[in-house]
Amino acid sequence: MKTRLVIENWIKDGSSLLDLGCGDGSILEGLKENRSVKGYGVEIDRDNIRVCLEKGLEVIEQNIDEGLSNFSDKSFDTVLVSQTIQVLKNPKLALEEITRIGNRCIIIIPNFGHWKSRLTVFLKGRMPVTESLPEKWYDTANIHLCTISDFESLCDELGIVIEERRILNSKGKVSSFFSAWSNLLGDAVIYRLSR
Amino acid sequence: MKNNDSSIGIVKPNSVKFENSLLLECGKQLKGFEMVYETYGELNTEKSNAVLVCHALSGNHHAAGYYEDSGEKHGWWNSLIGPNKAINTDKYFIVSPNNLGGCHGTTGPKSTNPETGRIYGPHFPVLTVRDWTNSQALLADYLGITTWHAVIGGSLGGMQALDWSLAYPDRVKKAGVIAAAPKLSAQNIAFNEVARQAITSDPDFQEGNYMEHGRVPKRGLRLARMIGHITYLSDESMKSKFGRELKEDKLSFGFNAEFQVESYLRHQGDVFSETFDANTYLLMTKVLDYFDPADKFDDNLVEAFNPILAQILVLSFSTDWRFSPSRSREITNALIGAKKKVSHIEIESSLGHDSFLFPEERYVEVLKAFLGS
Repeated sequence: MKTRLVIENWIKDGSSLLDLGCGDGSILEGLKENRSVKGYGVEIDRDNIRVCLEKGLEVIEQNIDEGLSNFSDKSFDTVLVSQTIQVLKNPKLALEEITRIGNRCIIIIPNFGHWKSRLTVFLKGRMPVTESLPEKWYDTANIHLCTISDFESLCDELGIVIEERRILNSKGKVSSFFSAWSNLLGDAVIYRLSR
Repeated sequence: MKNNDSSIGIVKPNSVKFENSLLLECGKQLKGFEMVYETYGELNTEKSNAVLVCHALSGNHHAAGYYEDSGEKHGWWNSLIGPNKAINTDKYFIVSPNNLGGCHGTTGPKSTNPETGRIYGPHFPVLTVRDWTNSQALLADYLGITTWHAVIGGSLGGMQALDWSLAYPDRVKKAGVIAAAPKLSAQNIAFNEVARQAITSDPDFQEGNYMEHGRVPKRGLRLARMIGHITYLSDESMKSKFGRELKEDKLSFGFNAEFQVESYLRHQGDVFSETFDANTYLLMTKVLDYFDPADKFDDNLVEAFNPILAQILVLSFSTDWRFSPSRSREITNALIGAKKKVSHIEIESSLGHDSFLFPEERYVEVLKAFLGS
C-alpha cells in the first residue's frame, strides 16, 4: 500500500484539513479530489506556492517556525505534516501546536534509527545518506532528525496519543506490522496522533 | 521583465447612464447617474472571463493602454494589464470603471444635481464602498456579466474586491485583495484628516463651492497629495530614490526646495492639484475611513465574512506601512476562521504601498497563477 492511500484512509469525506509544509500541493490536491477535503496548505517556498495557486489550491505563505497562533484550537479535523517536522527549528513546540490545532494529526517523519543510518554512523563515522535522507549533512534541511523511539518518547512526554502508525520501507511500501524491529527496519513512519 | 512593453495600445473610455435612483448607504437617493469605464480584451460567448478592476483613492477608469492624444501616457495599471501580462487581455475581458463620486466623468461632486440644476459640490452625498459595489453591479448588469471571473484591486481597490465578495457572493468567483486592510487604523484616519484639513483650510476652497466662485483650492489639494504620497512610499524607496541629494551642490540656508525629495513632492502635488477635484478627494478619503465590514457584526470580522463564496487572494508587500502586511494577515486570519477559500502571499518589495502598481516579478507570477487556475 502507498503512503497516500494510508493518509486517504485516515481522512473522512468532506472534512477539513490543514497541510503544514504542503510542498507543491500534490497531497492536498489528491485529498480534495478523492476525499473532498476543505483546507489550506501552508508553505514558504516560492515555486511551490505558485504551483499550488496554479492548481487552484488555497495556500498560505507562512513560516511555521514563526508560529501557528493564527490557527485556533481544534479548528481542523486533520492537520497533516508530511516530512516537515524534522526541518523545523523547534519540533517540540510545533508538535504541541499541531496537536492543539487539529482534532487529529497525521505526521510523516524519516526514521534516523534505520539500520543503514546506524551502520553508516557506526562503521564509517559519517552522517548517513539514504533513500529517505538523500542529502549530505551540509546540504540537508533536516536539522532535527530523530528515530522512531525518540519521536514516540516525545509524544509520550507531551501527552500525545499515538492512535495508529505505519512503517514505510525504502521502496515506499507500507507495513502495518509494527514490532521492536521497526525502529531498525523502517525508513519512515506515518503516525496518526491526537491529544 | 518580459512582456511589460507590450501595450494594448489606444483605448477609449465608454459611458453609460443609469436612469433609476440608487439608494445610498447614507439613506439618500441618487436620482440616476452616469458611469465612465474602459474595457480591454474580449468578452467570451459564455461571458465567463470578465474581470473587474477597482481603482484606489486617486485613480480612475483609465487603467491600461493610452489615449490617442495623450502622447502614449499609459493608464495607472498598464504594467499589469495587457497581452500576456499579470491580468492578461488575451484571456480576460477587463472592466475598469471610474467610481461614483469621482472626478473623471462618472457622476460626482463636479456634476450637476438634476434636482437643483446646480453643481453638487460639497452637497454630493458621502458614499461608502458598498455604494460603489452596488453601482458597479448595475454596470455588470448593463454589460450582461452575471458573474465576474475576478474582482481585483489594490489599496482602496482591494477593499472593493473584498466588499464585492461580501455583497454579491454568487457574482464573484475570485477576489484579489491587494495591499488592503479590513478597516483603517487611527493612524490611517489621522493622515486622511490632515489631508482634508489641508483642503478645507485653503481660502480658495470656499466651503466646497469653489467651482461656483471660479476658484480652485490648489494649495490645499497639493498639500493633501504631498501628505498622501509620503505614505505611499517606503523609507527605503525614498532613501534610494532621493537620499539627501540636493538640487544645487551646496546648502542655500533658505526655505526653497533644496533637497530632491522636496521638489519631487512639490511636483507630485502640482500635477495632482491640476487634475483632481478637491470635493472628490474629501469624499474618497471618507469612503476609506468608513470602510469596516465588521462594524455591523460587533467587530467580529469572522462573522462578517460569513457570506463569502469567492476564492480570495490576500496579497501584501513587505515595506508597505500604510496598509502593512499585518493588516492583510488580519483579513486572511478572519477568512480562515470563517472557513473561506483564501490564499495569502507576502511579496518582498522595497516600494512601500505603491508596490501594487509595479510589475515585480513574483507579484506578476502570483496574480497570473491565481487568476488562471
